[in-house]
Amino acid sequence: MLLISCPNCGSRDETEFHYGGQAHVAYPENPSALNDREWAEFLFYRDNTKGAFAERWLHSTGCRQWFNMLRDTVTYEIQAVYPMGSPRPDTPGPAPESGTASTAADSTTTGTAAPKISGTSISGTSTSSTSTTAPEGATK
Amino acid sequence: MSTEQLPEHPDFLWRNPEPKSSYDAVIVGGGGHGLATAYFLAKNHGMTNIAVLEKGWLAGGNMARNTTIIRSNYLWDESAAIYEHALKLWEILPEELEYDFLFSQRGVMNLAHTLGDVRESMRRVGANKLNGVDAEWLDPKQVKELCPILNISDNIRYPVMGATYQPRAGIAKHDHVAWAFARKCDELGVDIIQNCEVTGFVKDGNRVVGVKTNQGTINTEKVGLCAAGHSSVLAEMAGFRLPIQSHPLQALVSELHEPVHPTVVMSNHVHVYVSQAHKGELVMGAGVDSYNGYGQRGSFHVIEHQMAAAVELFPIFARAHVLRTWGGIVDTTLDASPIVGNTPVENMFVNCGWGTGGFKGTPAAGMTFAHNIATGTPHKLNKPFALERFETGALIDEHGAAAVAH
Ligand SMILES: Cc1cc2nc3c(=O)[nH]c(=O)nc-3n(C[C@H](O)[C@H](O)[C@H](O)COP(=O)(O)OP(=O)(O)OC[C@H]3O[C@@H](n4cnc5c(N)ncnc54)[C@H](O)[C@@H]3O)c2cc1C
Ligand SMILES: [Zn+2]
Repeated sequence: MLLISCPNCGSRDETEFHYGGQAHVAYPENPSALNDREWAEFLFYRDNTKGAFAERWLHSTGCRQWFNMLRDTVTYEIQAVYPMGSPRPDTPGPAPESGTASTAADSTTTGTAAPKISGTSISGTSTSSTSTTAPEGATK
Repeated sequence: MSTEQLPEHPDFLWRNPEPKSSYDAVIVGGGGHGLATAYFLAKNHGMTNIAVLEKGWLAGGNMARNTTIIRSNYLWDESAAIYEHALKLWEILPEELEYDFLFSQRGVMNLAHTLGDVRESMRRVGANKLNGVDAEWLDPKQVKELCPILNISDNIRYPVMGATYQPRAGIAKHDHVAWAFARKCDELGVDIIQNCEVTGFVKDGNRVVGVKTNQGTINTEKVGLCAAGHSSVLAEMAGFRLPIQSHPLQALVSELHEPVHPTVVMSNHVHVYVSQAHKGELVMGAGVDSYNGYGQRGSFHVIEHQMAAAVELFPIFARAHVLRTWGGIVDTTLDASPIVGNTPVENMFVNCGWGTGGFKGTPAAGMTFAHNIATGTPHKLNKPFALERFETGALIDEHGAAAVAH
């Protein structure tokens, strides 16, 4: 079981939390401009990183607040906990257990047709290691 | 009844050749699906100059970790068609592969515990019958007759209100299935190469022309991805994305017991399913761990929860012990249906997304995917399962039939 540090309540068992999947996925800025391919990307495509992954968690049986977490999906080691709306912290993060170096930056949004997302919401570069440019998040 | 003797293994299974510098097709992933695909490529399409590349040992991924439930009672026409085709193949494969992998058609029961369950179940039985899939609705008394150790009393938290039952469903020995396919592949000339990890692809424009591996670069005209939990990682290397999330899925076995459990019982609502393997161990599983994970392990509370559910349904299991627990990495999609078809990369094909329930689909996945690879166009059975459905919206929502059920 994961031991998760809620930013508001401290360390609690994983059973108190609800998983919210990939972090930093913004609602399309201009929904009516999206074509079917772009809608598919927004609705159904999420990064599936092997290695350091930015994801959302809800402390559902505690403070009932959402927060972001950086976790290694191979070792399950929690590398950082940070508030909704903050950019993904830079990680020195260990390389994933196997695969080439290129998989360390697994699934940066190579999506050829990733939805165009405006500069004020979150960019799609969620797992890029150079995400210092990730702007403020439009979290709900 | 007494516990069964396992049949003797054949003396020889497969060679361990060095990879050649080029093949007509390369299958990435030596689990059940990769091996079945190679078998049907060789048998149905005469493609014998092919290789299966496996980064670890043969069938050491989900193929070695699943709980071997085989059934075809899915709701929608597209699913019923492909899973029922698989079931029909399971019925003839032991003879065709000349290998007794202990396919035991002992039936599978899916319990209903709420009015919602009852409605969903009855609807699915009706749909199954229309699709030629054997299916029955059982009331609690009939449930008890088929599986006397089940507690059908009103005095439990979620009383059994009935069940769907598929008599032709059952279990098989998964490792024997893999070895059966591998042996036939080898006989037909297919190279099975273990400890061979694909680390990248060679492309000419948008066309794949080779695979890079830890044993060197191998030229090939076609690539079929059968990497289950690692499908996203491979797609990423090839330059496209898949709508897949990889999760840990765990299972457990008890010590050996006298035969007490004659069928397979699954419950979506209380999140457990149980069968008794040929040697006598109770085999149990449940749903995925909620978080994404490539660790082949999950959290212990998931095991605890499924055992609590099992003990409530089967009071005699309270005296059994957990012998082993383990986990695999399952490739889930949002509509709980697989993805089998072409990819945005020319001459590269993908078979993935079977998630928590792809063992039963192994023969049909292999047959249709081989057709797709050999001809470049999908077989009619896998056509609805193309990647495009996430764009067109023609999803095949099998959450009712597939949620916890495998
Ligand atoms: C605990 C558990 C219980 C399950 N129970 C059932 C059940 O009761 N019924 C059912 O129908 N299904 C069940 N499943 C699902 C089923 O096991 C899978 O859907 C199915 O095995 C997937 O196909 P496969 O056998 O080809 O996968 P795998 O055996 O996982 O094969 C994929 C292979 O690809 C290899 N690979 C990955 N990356 C690379 C690379 N870069 N280069 C080379 N090789 C690579 C892996 O090492 C692996 O061997 C269960 C799964 C689990 C984990
Ligand atoms: Zn909290």
